[in-house]
Amino acid sequence: MKHRSFFWFVLPSAVAMLLFIFFPIISVIVQSLHTEHEQVIRTVESCDLFGCKETTTIDQEATAALRAEKPLGQFAGLTTYLDRNHLAVDEVAMTWGSAESLRDFGTQMLNLPFYKAMGFTLTFTFVVTPLVIILGFIIAIAVNSATKMIRGPLIFFSLLPMMITPLVGALILFWMVDARGIIGTTLQQLAGDPDLSVKASTPLMWIMLMVYGVWHSAPFAFIVYYAGLQTVNKDTLEAARVDGANRWLQIRHVVIPHLLPLTTFIALMQLMDNFRVFEPIVSFSANAHATSLSWAIFNDLGGETRQLSSAAATSVLTILGIAILLSPVLVRTWRDFDRK
Amino acid sequence: MFLRKIALTGAMTFAAAGAVAACEIPGNVSIVGNEFPAIQTVAKTAAKCAGGEVKANLTADHQKINLAGMQGNPAEYSTAIIANSSVVALINEDVLRPLDDLVAEYGQDIPKRQLITIDGKIIAVAFMANAQTLAYRKDVLEEVGVGVPTSYEEVLVAAEKIRDAGISQYPVGGAYAAGWNLAQEFINMYIGHGGEFFAPGSAEVAINNEQGVAALEMMKALTEYMNPDFLTHDSNATGAEMEAGNVMLMNMWGSRVGPLMDSEGAAEEVYTNIAVSGPLMVGDSGTPASTLWWDGWTVAKNISDEDAVATFKAMSHGISPAILNEETMGQAVWMIEGYEPAPVNDGVFDAIAKGTPSYPMLPYMGLLHTSLGDNLADFLLGKESAEQALADVEAAYTTAAKEKGFLQ
Repeated sequence: MKHRSFFWFVLPSAVAMLLFIFFPIISVIVQSLHTEHEQVIRTVESCDLFGCKETTTIDQEATAALRAEKPLGQFAGLTTYLDRNHLAVDEVAMTWGSAESLRDFGTQMLNLPFYKAMGFTLTFTFVVTPLVIILGFIIAIAVNSATKMIRGPLIFFSLLPMMITPLVGALILFWMVDARGIIGTTLQQLAGDPDLSVKASTPLMWIMLMVYGVWHSAPFAFIVYYAGLQTVNKDTLEAARVDGANRWLQIRHVVIPHLLPLTTFIALMQLMDNFRVFEPIVSFSANAHATSLSWAIFNDLGGETRQLSSAAATSVLTILGIAILLSPVLVRTWRDFDRK
Repeated sequence: MFLRKIALTGAMTFAAAGAVAACEIPGNVSIVGNEFPAIQTVAKTAAKCAGGEVKANLTADHQKINLAGMQGNPAEYSTAIIANSSVVALINEDVLRPLDDLVAEYGQDIPKRQLITIDGKIIAVAFMANAQTLAYRKDVLEEVGVGVPTSYEEVLVAAEKIRDAGISQYPVGGAYAAGWNLAQEFINMYIGHGGEFFAPGSAEVAINNEQGVAALEMMKALTEYMNPDFLTHDSNATGAEMEAGNVMLMNMWGSRVGPLMDSEGAAEEVYTNIAVSGPLMVGDSGTPASTLWWDGWTVAKNISDEDAVATFKAMSHGISPAILNEETMGQAVWMIEGYEPAPVNDGVFDAIAKGTPSYPMLPYMGLLHTSLGDNLADFLLGKESAEQALADVEAAYTTAAKEKGFLQ
């Protein structure tokens, strides 16, 4: 394509990306570098239905001038990033110095909100992503070898988990694993422990969240692989068959190499999606056991006093986290492209 | 027969509407507020005013939109219906209009106690009250031979007896869901132990003390008698547990007791035996372990004078004694003249009579509430000590308060 036509071709999407992705990110970065003005607090008397008492309030006149002068707030640089509710550098350094063992260090780190969230987010990402790829591949192979007659309904049912809204899908599972729900009761029977409760135990809650993650995303991998399977070269397969390759060897040496680029694509998408794990934590009311960066942003903005700077800093850290996670895959794609 | 019923209802509605005094407003009104029957009644009545447009956006997510909707100039919402916890966010950003002049001119009928003032300025008009008090099963307490508990210590004794009698393995309920609910229960318990949240007159938090530890220990003792899933139970879930006949004693919102005592969603044996009493005490501070809440309306600062007058008049109309009828009477503990309390409201009135403190209306209380909600679950799960949990709360709060400019 000529440079000129290429320019006109990508211009609309470039403008849209600039407007809806780039500028908002810049605004989030700017926000994360600022904190609010010093609030001048005054002791006053306040009265409500139930009587009067001494309280405090913000002196609006005293802060109005400050606000008018610098509407963005005080410039704080990286303070918000480094404070205890985010990277907690001071706390980490102190813990490193005082911890008796690596295990002790790990436990204390998980007491800091950012590292607690990272602990779960990374475990979730690295457990769910491979499982989704493997499970999606198996379903695709199975559906592809079914007779044409039942393939349509099979595809429909395999896609169902992806069609259900994440919040609703997670809620359904949440009720099923309740101590009186169908899965919860079955687990109690299997374990022989009538007091077993998935919602009360941190490890079981983690497992349940990951089961949900796999259940929800496997259809995505399945449909991509299924589409890929339709393009496998029939001649190559037949040649393999003539050479005496059994079904497993055909898959191993013909199908899998053919689908490898798709695997890169699915891995990319899943790493991004799983790193932003959010809905199941809300639906499962799992925040006592597991938090994620996205949940932390939600929590900062959902309180009675909104913490915009804190949420902005966590958002930027999330973007950085995704960039780091994706970098190996991106670097490889770039090299492949360069070689061509 | 059916048609006649419709005609009759129609005629009655018409009569009811006619009974409400006429209301003329000189501008437009736009209401944002939470969604429950009492607020719908207020908004519906306000909308009966003639002379301007009255819009209402009532949603459970009102807190996420009311501030942004009042910061513009002109503001999208001319009034926000809020509670004593959520009004703080609006005061902090200075988006509320002091109502003194409007009250002097148009609000002579509003009883003085309904006017919420800060530093002598009227910032809201309250119309209903709420509090968490004890809800219990009278048949079960009779069966095990204990009186109605008045303190959390007595709740533990009663719970042990109910468990021993084999009536219920987990007889105690509570909205202990990690997050807002759990923080609220700690606030109750800490106040009940006579604790103060902040150093006087400042934003310095001070909860890692004897009272804080005692509050957490009591919560932990109660959770021994709760369904093991307690950290996922909000007030809806724990209410459902009571309706299912599993929970016999719980600390519950006054506004939510009505639905527990009606015939919907529970067996007759359960709902006819649910009763409510006053707030529970804890320790020997003499202060109930609960907080009082009010709901009220405000007027936005960034609107024209006509709209402000219209808003004030329409909302005053919305909370006038004329709204009280058979249907609306049971919707809330109305703080309106002519309101006749039903037995279901005994708890809230007892809470007021016993001098329960109202939820602190402090600029930085919301930050502490969030920090409490995030950090107390680890203690209840047995992962860390009470002191460590409270230290975590203090550290998280202090960091957040620095970001918000309350601490330097």
